[in-house]
Amino acid sequence: MDHPFDAIVVGAGGAGLWAALELAREGVNTAVLTKLYPTRSHTGTAQGGVCAALGNLEEDKPEWHMFDTIKGGDYLVDQDVAEVLSNEAIETVIELEHMGLPFNRTADGKIDQRRFGGHTRNFGEAPVRRACFAADRTGHMILQTLYQQCIKHGVKFFDEYQVVDLLFDGGEPQAGGRAAGVVAYRLADGELHSFSAKAVLLATGGYGRMFRITSNAHSLTGDGVAMCYRHGIPLEDMEFFQFHPTGIVGIGILLSEAARGEGGTLLNDLGERFMERYAPKLMELAPRDMVSRAMYQEIRAGRGIGGKDYLFLDVRHLGRKVIEEKLPDITDFARIYQGVEPLKEPVPVQPTAHYAMGGIPTNINSEVVRDEKNTPVPGLFAAGECACVSVHGANRLGTNSLVDLLVFGRRAGRQMARYAAKVERPRAVASAADPARAQLDAIRSREAKGESVAKIRKELADVMMDNVGVYRTGPLLTEAQAKVRELKGRNELVSITDCGAVFNTDLLEANELGYLLDLAEAMVAGALNRTESRGAHSREDFPERDDVKFLKHTLAYKGPKGPTLKYKPVSITRFQPKPRIY
Amino acid sequence: MKVELRILRYEPGEPAAEAAASTSVAKPHWVQYEVESEPMDRVLDLLIKVKAEQDGSLSFRRSCGHGICGSDAMLINNRNRLACRIRVDQLGKKISVAPLPGLPVVKDLIVDMNGFFGKYRSVKPFLINDQPEPERERRQSQEDRAKFDDTTKCILCAACTSACPSFWARPEYVGPAAIVQAHRFIFDSRDEGASERLEILADEDGVWRCRTIFNCVDACPRGINITRAILEVSSAIVGQRG
Repeated sequence: MDHPFDAIVVGAGGAGLWAALELAREGVNTAVLTKLYPTRSHTGTAQGGVCAALGNLEEDKPEWHMFDTIKGGDYLVDQDVAEVLSNEAIETVIELEHMGLPFNRTADGKIDQRRFGGHTRNFGEAPVRRACFAADRTGHMILQTLYQQCIKHGVKFFDEYQVVDLLFDGGEPQAGGRAAGVVAYRLADGELHSFSAKAVLLATGGYGRMFRITSNAHSLTGDGVAMCYRHGIPLEDMEFFQFHPTGIVGIGILLSEAARGEGGTLLNDLGERFMERYAPKLMELAPRDMVSRAMYQEIRAGRGIGGKDYLFLDVRHLGRKVIEEKLPDITDFARIYQGVEPLKEPVPVQPTAHYAMGGIPTNINSEVVRDEKNTPVPGLFAAGECACVSVHGANRLGTNSLVDLLVFGRRAGRQMARYAAKVERPRAVASAADPARAQLDAIRSREAKGESVAKIRKELADVMMDNVGVYRTGPLLTEAQAKVRELKGRNELVSITDCGAVFNTDLLEANELGYLLDLAEAMVAGALNRTESRGAHSREDFPERDDVKFLKHTLAYKGPKGPTLKYKPVSITRFQPKPRIY
Repeated sequence: MKVELRILRYEPGEPAAEAAASTSVAKPHWVQYEVESEPMDRVLDLLIKVKAEQDGSLSFRRSCGHGICGSDAMLINNRNRLACRIRVDQLGKKISVAPLPGLPVVKDLIVDMNGFFGKYRSVKPFLINDQPEPERERRQSQEDRAKFDDTTKCILCAACTSACPSFWARPEYVGPAAIVQAHRFIFDSRDEGASERLEILADEDGVWRCRTIFNCVDACPRGINITRAILEVSSAIVGQRG
């Protein structure tokens, strides 16, 4: 069954919804496909805020935001992109307010702003109030507001449709083909549907589920990223994966950086604010990669709480009013998931796998590019965490994920509308769904003798966490490479127990595991070859940043025996790389 | 410790022979699992464990796993809750899990949410304001912002609506969740669509169906005072008529 549209948006988080809204406003016939319901998307879990240099409480400038983003990303950020990000952050936040987003307010009724890690005034002098927020549910309010606007503008949604393949017209992308649509599996009845379209946006989010301890939703399995990889599009900077410092011990649920933005401190077993040894100026508001490494160092030195593998986040001194008005959700998380009362006791925390800096390479208009020369794939777009535009470089600053999805989701929608206006709709091909059907049938038809999805997924999560985490070494990565290869082989024989057509989540989880394995392969290869330490990629055997050899973006192309790596230059416009001290 | 986990299962295309012998139609049935668990485990952890280790065909929705996405509302020990927010030590060693009541069951713990979201859409859940937009943000006082703070927390999990006896008795009732979403705009000083929404909610299947039973408040995983929100909306309708 084919559904013809002019534009298809895959994923209904912030980037997808804003793009859909732009398309609807332009009158482009658009469908949004999501494997969840739109309001279940992971944008909704973002807590602390969205940065924009509004200057509502103190002086601030977009150039400072741009600089912080570049320095925070350890100079692997494309600087022309960071400039767009910091400028358009202001317009998008104001537009969200106009759409009805219930921001917290200052005494004079403006959008309230608070401090956040790595965001400073005057090129690093001191923390600045830049993060606009709605209590500690900013992402929830962004997601709701954008969904509301999509309803208002009559956007067509296909809820609980899992996209399983991308369609191209005129050959695969590397042969010059253009995007022609997608194939989706409808959860409700197990039918495959093809959607033909002129323009396709991938806004499918991250892939933190390849790690054992992660803040990411169960649904974050890198679907869009892996589908691009399988169609020959290289993946950019996959070795850079952010570990957020304050996850709930053992399960990884996030306690927002806003807790530190409001004045919360990190303490070791001796009760010391250990960050003063690592980042004397910004202390707990240093970028996340540095704070996570400092925590590992403290733990290794035996100064974890009771000698164990966690530290304390202390918000007691903030008082009941601040906690209840500005941090209600995360205090609730601490109570429920840890049984700790943050008003009275410090909260145990440890780093948790949080955000993929790498992903599908895109340009400033959110078009997917397919090589070192940034050649666009006509009609194919990506935005949000699944994309690598690259505005986060080697380490993303807090709140910039939301800024990214707003700015580049909006840009994607606008560019798709322009593109759709000037090209013909590709012809629907009757056999479009055949490869996807074969892929799913292969899993379904196996006799129940292989291993379970859960077993392979657990082994993957373990090796990625233990070998490809905050600190990496050559031997650990080599071991991980062999393990991922082995798991990929075993996954060829994975078998499932559900034979039904209705809500067969067993089948979908098996399919998702395949995506995670492909992305793990690309991540490990990039990490192994990058013999330097930069941002979130920290090699203990190569502890220094090496701008001569590695001030460049990795591109991992899928090959029969594993990825082939190529590199492309970083765009440097205003800020020459300097040592990164906070 | 071992937990005795009973799950109300339903497999739609189940062959007649495997279904209950007395009928040719598949029907929901309880299946019991023994699950090794820790006191701090959530019910969602147990469901994931059963799916991983005992029966891969068990279906349930889940995503964020910490009470924000609203995917995993279900009937747990006879109360609507999110499976990711309720711990084993809060429930004891015998736990029963069934799909949300009052909504059509699709498979196992999965219910059809289309009607629920249709009601949400019916109350115009978006800001209505035709004034020209200012260059910067619209101003709003902290007091005005506080008036609808509680109802902005709603995650559309359907725990409230599917716990409401008025909804069970009359499925056409718009239900507490949709009223909460309407409240969020009716009491937002920036919105100008209150009268349109109040007209919708003054309908025979609107707010008057609420019998202040408080099941919704009890069920809400976000701690929203839903009954108060419904009463504020009813008062606004009365005020508008006055």
